[in-house]
Amino acid sequence: MVTSHESTAVQQLPAGRKPAGSSRVRRLADNLHGWAFIGPAMVIVVGLSIFPAIWSFVLSFQKWDGFSQPEFVGTDNYTRLLTDQAFWDAVRHTGLYTFLFVPASVLAGLLLAVALNRKIRGIGFYRTAIFVPFVTSAASTGVLATYLFSPQFGLVNDMLRRLGLPQQGWLEDPSQAMLVIAIMSLWGQAAFTTVIYLAALQDVPHELTEAAKIDGASPWQTFWRIVWPHLTPVTVFVVVWQTISAVQLFDLVYTTTRGGPLDSTKTIVYFLWDKAFHTLEFGYGSAAAYALFVVTLGITLGIVMYSRRKNLEAF
Amino acid sequence: MTTTLVEPAAEKQVVAAPAVRRRRRLPFSGWHFFLLPTAVLFLVPLVQMILASVSPAKELAQFPRPLLPSHLTLAGFRTLFTTTPALHWLLNSAIVALSAIIAQCILCSLAGYGFARLKFKGRNVSFFFIIATIMIPTQVLMVPTYMVFSRLGLLDGLGAAIVPWLAGAFGIFLMRQFFLSIPKEMEEAAALDGCGRLQIFFRVVLPLAKPALATLAIFTLLGSWNDLVWPLIAINNESAFTIQLGIANFQGTRRTQWELLMAANVVATAPLIAFFLAAQRHFIATMTLSGVKG
Repeated sequence: MVTSHESTAVQQLPAGRKPAGSSRVRRLADNLHGWAFIGPAMVIVVGLSIFPAIWSFVLSFQKWDGFSQPEFVGTDNYTRLLTDQAFWDAVRHTGLYTFLFVPASVLAGLLLAVALNRKIRGIGFYRTAIFVPFVTSAASTGVLATYLFSPQFGLVNDMLRRLGLPQQGWLEDPSQAMLVIAIMSLWGQAAFTTVIYLAALQDVPHELTEAAKIDGASPWQTFWRIVWPHLTPVTVFVVVWQTISAVQLFDLVYTTTRGGPLDSTKTIVYFLWDKAFHTLEFGYGSAAAYALFVVTLGITLGIVMYSRRKNLEAF
Repeated sequence: MTTTLVEPAAEKQVVAAPAVRRRRRLPFSGWHFFLLPTAVLFLVPLVQMILASVSPAKELAQFPRPLLPSHLTLAGFRTLFTTTPALHWLLNSAIVALSAIIAQCILCSLAGYGFARLKFKGRNVSFFFIIATIMIPTQVLMVPTYMVFSRLGLLDGLGAAIVPWLAGAFGIFLMRQFFLSIPKEMEEAAALDGCGRLQIFFRVVLPLAKPALATLAIFTLLGSWNDLVWPLIAINNESAFTIQLGIANFQGTRRTQWELLMAANVVATAPLIAFFLAAQRHFIATMTLSGVKG
């Protein structure tokens, strides 16, 4: 997102010599050179993104188990989705996770970035401690979640017991499992929103905050009146990005609850993965994937339009 | 905005004064009160992971688990490496990550250079297609990609984990933007000296691209090492598991062997943590640019 604006109108001359004659041969050579450079990468991207995306779209109008002849069924898969209770449950669970995770990760990123954006003793240690969980994989995070939040043996319940508070079922309680997943996601990903806000904070003109301080503004006022307006475009970006990744939640569900208890953590992607690779309903799974894609696109466009109208140029 | 600040300035100073005095009384910044507990909270899961990996199995299955193990033991690691193919899986992960990094650095910088510097037919259309793929979520691609791999006979082997990482839109875009940002003069001088395009690329341009390549390498390392969904779909054969698949598999088969699970976690996470500590600035730059987590 940092560099995306300067993408147009770059008419470069071919490096080096520019002889006058035989322009057709010259052009052919240029084309061959160009394609030699981009060809290998293009094969991968077209073969593994564009072609599958088109095929998936076609599949969403078919009924296919991967072996027999695919059968064209029109929009049946999509109408079936609309009436599939399991799909709407998945939408609800995904919505709950998004609602828990997105605001928390944005607020945590903002707070941590403001706290980390100063030169105090030990700041290097603090930054490292907060950023290092970012490198842990979903598989490892899942193991840690089941370990720490184990109702019988886990550290979290042990702490509650020491504080004299009632112990919880966590991942084994249908009403709490998603919360635990959101907490562990936040642990692993807070670093992302934090670094984005840190970069944005460092772009706030120093003269402005200095001037506010001289005028007698408290740090609180300086933040809300001077710094925060500079951060709104970044906030729009971060909200969009986190929402897109939240509605695609799968890994951590797979490595903690596998959709349980009582299907309470079955997300949309978990649902479509289950349809495609367990019950082998490839067409139906593709339709669910495309439905999710359209919803994601809709959310993104919605937030972008909203921010445009409010003049918060984020994109 | 400034006018509202100026008007009640006299009042503000009165209010601000005690705050300044209070801060002076502390020999250190008040932010430590927030940052220290937060940092500890973020470290707790990793510390617990390491402690559990060197704890006696018995102590992990009692309530409450002792906060510190009574004595240290490497039994978890020993069982991990003697009774499971974990070492083999680690090697697989290393092969996948290394191939992915090398391929991305070469293919994406070649393509990025082509898009940034060369003029040829179909350039803009191709670039549009590349950028468009950024919008496509992976779950749309899962089923057909599985089919393609199945036709190509790539399923159930290490190739299945490597091929999707050979090149990608993010890398191509990143390298293109980088090449656009460097001056053309050196390449033009090399061309006048009679260097061919490939020679210019490898001798002149690529050495300049080290910072961008570092970002791309870290992005690819994080993504390919930590990837779970795709290997889960494409690889069922235990001998081609990556370490992440192995851990996910342990969760089903060795649920209660916490010392072993945590030992596996440690060996899977330690390489990335080591790289992170060694190149923190590059990691942060990568995070800022990509925001992608495997």
